[in-house]
Amino acid sequence: MQMRVPVAEPRSPGAYDLPDATGHFGPYGGTFVAETLQAALEELRDAYEACRTDPAFQAELAYELEHYVGRPSPVYHAKRLSDELGGAQVYLKREDLNHTGAHKVNNTMGQALVARRMGKPRVIAETGAGQHGVATATVAARYGMECVVYMGTEDVARQAQNVYRMKLLGATVVPVTSGSRTLKDALNEAMRDWVTNVANTFYIIGTVAGPHPYPMMVRDFNAIVGKECLVQMPALAGRQPDYVLACVGGGSNAMGIFHPYIPHAGVKLVGVEAGGLGISTGKHAATLSAGSPGVLHGNRTYLMQDADGQILETHSISAGLDYPGVGPEHAWLKDSGRASYVSVTDDEALAAFHALCRTEGIIPALESSHAVAHAMRLAPTLARDRIVLVNLSGRGDKDMHTVAKASGLSL
Amino acid sequence: MSRIAATFDRLRAGRRAALVPFVTAGDPSPAHLPDMLRSLVANGADVIELGVPFSDPMADGPTIQRSSERALRAGTGLAMILDAVRQYRREDDRTPIVLMGYANPIEHMGVAAFAGRAKESGIDGVLVVDYPPEESGAWAEALGAAGIAPIFLLSPTSSQARIDLVARMAKGYIYYVSLKGVTGAANIDTADVERMLARIRSRTSVPVGVGFGIRDPETARAIARFADAVVIGSRIVEEIERAEPDQAAQRAGAVLAAFRAGVDAAAVDRAGP
Ligand SMILES: Cc1ncc(COP(=O)(O)O)c(C=O)c1O
Repeated sequence: MQMRVPVAEPRSPGAYDLPDATGHFGPYGGTFVAETLQAALEELRDAYEACRTDPAFQAELAYELEHYVGRPSPVYHAKRLSDELGGAQVYLKREDLNHTGAHKVNNTMGQALVARRMGKPRVIAETGAGQHGVATATVAARYGMECVVYMGTEDVARQAQNVYRMKLLGATVVPVTSGSRTLKDALNEAMRDWVTNVANTFYIIGTVAGPHPYPMMVRDFNAIVGKECLVQMPALAGRQPDYVLACVGGGSNAMGIFHPYIPHAGVKLVGVEAGGLGISTGKHAATLSAGSPGVLHGNRTYLMQDADGQILETHSISAGLDYPGVGPEHAWLKDSGRASYVSVTDDEALAAFHALCRTEGIIPALESSHAVAHAMRLAPTLARDRIVLVNLSGRGDKDMHTVAKASGLSL
Repeated sequence: MSRIAATFDRLRAGRRAALVPFVTAGDPSPAHLPDMLRSLVANGADVIELGVPFSDPMADGPTIQRSSERALRAGTGLAMILDAVRQYRREDDRTPIVLMGYANPIEHMGVAAFAGRAKESGIDGVLVVDYPPEESGAWAEALGAAGIAPIFLLSPTSSQARIDLVARMAKGYIYYVSLKGVTGAANIDTADVERMLARIRSRTSVPVGVGFGIRDPETARAIARFADAVVIGSRIVEEIERAEPDQAAQRAGAVLAAFRAGVDAAAVDRAGP
């Protein structure tokens, strides 16, 4: 199917056009990395700017998204769920139907094409749940590039199936034993690889975090999600939604669907963070809801940190949300009031997971289940003619073991 | 005159390069810090770089990562380090002490509050690895107001424009990272380093030190022929890792003494003041 998606919206004076030239979203973002990486970032900024403005690059990306990834993904009216909730109509943006099962591939496809333009034969990535690692290994196989994925040993143990998928796709998975042995440490290790091998290596970051230009570039590649919705919602529902909801780990699926809606002042944007065992227990990953500003992984943003400014370990039932930072653009959207951020506990996410399976025949990723859970809280408080659009960022096949275990079963 | 400037003046007069050990504060534990400082000075340190441990040391190799983890497990924090240096200043008012670490613990204390407390403690310079010059306007101002030198890095990949930017902002000394990679990585190419130092020197009169990858007294001697300072990090930290905690200061000092001999042997080859 061919769908016409407007490329860039015309910029009017005062329109939202962040980040600025140096990668800042208000006080957030920036390029907080050691001198040893500055030249590599400069090279990447120039290469990405050339790609962004090159119609041939955009055409190649559009072709790959259609024929390889399977875009556009549909928007679906979840009628039975909506009826059960008895309030607003819930619509789902079906990123779960993409090749590899999540929105992550929108970004890895884009960055892989940039890497090819730059002539880099080797790509590296960090991964937590393994979804970004799989999406990176996939495009590396597609283009015959060497692929190395860094993954904390805690996550290697929790996500054995995705480790195997990456290996099938020809990637090397390097277990990371430093620090808390999770996603943040994998990101540190990938940065160390990059600084050492920068001549032949492209670092594909998996979310809207890291130093400039990553938060902007990853957002741009995921913005296809929101751009499609702008066209699909009027066609399907007769108008734009009242609310757009998305789960927030690093924040890439949320930025992807939020960004094209930022100029639409009547559309409320709500990010849903991982409340884990509850904010009051301290065992959660609700960075914007409960953290404070600081500097990590190359940008200034909200962080989970202790009284000495050391980064805290986080907890979530969904490994993809288990990150102590968040993309700097979300920090800015929160402070400026354009978006708001709430949290959903492990138990609420699990209940939403089961509800969507039962009412709609859709098995969502545990990450995406957080956004569904907030829709289930919100919809009953709204009239039946209101519309809530949820970014269903991924499918739940990877989460079978976790969900079964939470139900006291073992597979 | 600042302690850093006085030290480089004195060394220049004696045709010597500064020997600069790096250790992580609080490794093996905060209680060992005063003895560590004493041992390094007794064995020839001209300036001490004191690492502030951070949970996510992105620019460091495994040796210094593990060192940070040991220090954090032992309860080390930034405020505690500032207090320890303040105590130490009662017995040594001469050796410059430069803090080296990452932005977040400092931002969490607050840049202005940090600068004030660092000044009271007798800190002479601060190198924040993830504060490049373009993000350091307010930072350099706050340190400058407290009379503390903001130290910046340059690397083999730094462009001419970045060399000029650092040359404009740098105080104290410039730290040239002598290889592509993280701390503790492979050995360095002395000729490459010498060429780059000449480029940096053509833009600034601030002293230039060299570090990352200097692992033996021979290399230290080769670098000391043309650099203003030679920084020894991972090799000393390895020794601390291997030692029983109560022996760590003494063993770090013994390693440093060998580097001191190497650096002093270069004095004959150095150009005069
Ligand atoms: C399906 C899915 N949704 C969401 C996320 C969270 O990432 P982000 O916040 O960048 O969208 C992940 C991460 O692995 C994921 O796999």
